[in-house]
Amino acid sequence: MVKLDEIQKRLIEEIADLHNVPDGAYNFRANGELAGRNTTANIDIVSKTDKSGIDIHIKPGTKKESVHIPVVISETGLKETVYNDFYVGKDSDVVIVAGCGIDNCGVQDSEHDGVHRFFIEEGAKVRYVEKHYGSGDGKGQRILNPVTEVYMEENSSMEMEMEQIKGVDSTERITKAELKAGCRLVVKERLMTHGSQHAVSTYDVNLNGDDSSADVVSRSVARDESKQVFNARITGNSKCSGHTECDSIIMDHGTILAIPSLDAKNVDAMLVHEAAIGKIAGDQIMKLMTLGLDEKEAEEQIISGFLR
Amino acid sequence: MLELKNISFSVEADGQKKDIIKNLDMKADDGKFIAITGPNGSGKSTLAKLIMGIEKPSSGRIIFDGEDITDLDITERARKGISFAFQQPIKFKGIRVKDLLRIAAGKRLSTSEACSYLSEVGLCARDYVEREINSSLSGGELKRIEIATLLARQTKLSLFDEPEAGIDLWSFQNLIRIFEKMRNEIKDSTIIIISHQERILRIADEVLLLSDGRITEKGKADEIMNVLGGIDCEPGSLCSKLQ
Ligand SMILES: Nc1ncnc2c1ncn2[C@@H]1O[C@H](COP(=O)(O)OP(=O)(O)O)[C@@H](O)[C@H]1O
Ligand SMILES: [Mg+2]
Repeated sequence: MVKLDEIQKRLIEEIADLHNVPDGAYNFRANGELAGRNTTANIDIVSKTDKSGIDIHIKPGTKKESVHIPVVISETGLKETVYNDFYVGKDSDVVIVAGCGIDNCGVQDSEHDGVHRFFIEEGAKVRYVEKHYGSGDGKGQRILNPVTEVYMEENSSMEMEMEQIKGVDSTERITKAELKAGCRLVVKERLMTHGSQHAVSTYDVNLNGDDSSADVVSRSVARDESKQVFNARITGNSKCSGHTECDSIIMDHGTILAIPSLDAKNVDAMLVHEAAIGKIAGDQIMKLMTLGLDEKEAEEQIISGFLR
Repeated sequence: MLELKNISFSVEADGQKKDIIKNLDMKADDGKFIAITGPNGSGKSTLAKLIMGIEKPSSGRIIFDGEDITDLDITERARKGISFAFQQPIKFKGIRVKDLLRIAAGKRLSTSEACSYLSEVGLCARDYVEREINSSLSGGELKRIEIATLLARQTKLSLFDEPEAGIDLWSFQNLIRIFEKMRNEIKDSTIIIISHQERILRIADEVLLLSDGRITEKGKADEIMNVLGGIDCEPGSLCSKLQ
């Protein structure tokens, strides 16, 4: 059974929109320990024996099933590295919801480094949703460093939604993907940093097979004194198409460094990059003011729309 | 009631002072439907922006419902009951049609309420509520959404800047019906519409002709059109006469 205290429940709501124990397979991890697990006829979850983490096995042909693997930390000073491997069977179609919530009221840093590897078999379709959230007003930092590796077999597809809007002090995110022929990768990243937070997001996408494609879109907002670095590289090794987009709003003294790179190694590779960084458009604020919002409220609406 | 007293507005352009609105006086009584017409560049949009507070007059006072609002900002004027449909609607990233309607209404809106405003402006509501207000919408669609936000706002004074632009596919009769409905539904409401369209001018209680930053004529649509002379123009349009 899942045993969670109130703080942990609240964190889970934030990161996984879960109010109850979900249908389907799940693995809850709280303060470094297993807090609940469920497997289904098609989805098995086994703990690793050599290090902390789990292996998730999804049988070929599994359709319309979901796996939830939330992680919550409410203990100050906890540092962990967790290895989760997903084996997604041929022609399956699944939703995977991961996410990490840290509540740190203490003085010591709390840190969760999750290493997720996806092995996606031929023709499988995965939608992966990951939310990061931090709360608590202690001096201790809330640190999340996720590494995501995606290995895609022919004609598979992966859609990733990654969101980190609040409360994470420091994050270094690395996402790597290798695509074979006919594969499609779509990444939608949403990031907001406050205070003196620091976030680095690095993508390394390799389009190895013909007719593979990738679309990596990041929208981010840097407020206060926060700093962000967006570093996206798409390498075209075949007849492929790749697109990256970094669209950012800076406010106060926030800074954003966007380092896009496209590496075309095949004459039929079509790679595009777009980047835009700037403050909120004045005419957008003005428009919302004519509808009765004050300047602050207008900014909030524009940002929450932008990050939606 | 809205009253503009001796309003002037000038800007600095290329190191030279340019007068855009010149000692303008104007009055719009409660319950009145006023149309403003005039050549391009005569200052019509600037006049609307001065009323909304987007521009501040260089001199003169603006009185709304007996209160001097000249020094109030856009938000304060909006909250006092002034709304403005832009000539060129603003685009956003991520803000959806239903979000804008909710902001305009100032309260939570059910999907069916949001839809009813869209239906009024001739947009098939189901297809639009979830759409983002960005360049994926055509100019005409954006204009209609702009009008729908004013329907959701229900303010005492509504300003429309060339609402007819880009809505050729949609019947004029609908647009006119909207203005009449607004007039009936909002007690003592004043509607000011900037337009070149004869059919809109014809339903106004009073038409003001703005030329070169001054109101040079006012009266019924027929009188104004007489002043403009009998030069041929596109059916239903005054624009060629006004150039
Ligand atoms: N902020 C500004 N700075 C410089 N020129 C302006 C400004 N606002 C308006 N104008 C000029 O004032 C004139 C009137 O503009 P506008 O009010 O948009 O006219 P209309 O709506 O009647 O076509 C135009 O020549 C325009 O270029
Ligand atoms: Mg104009």
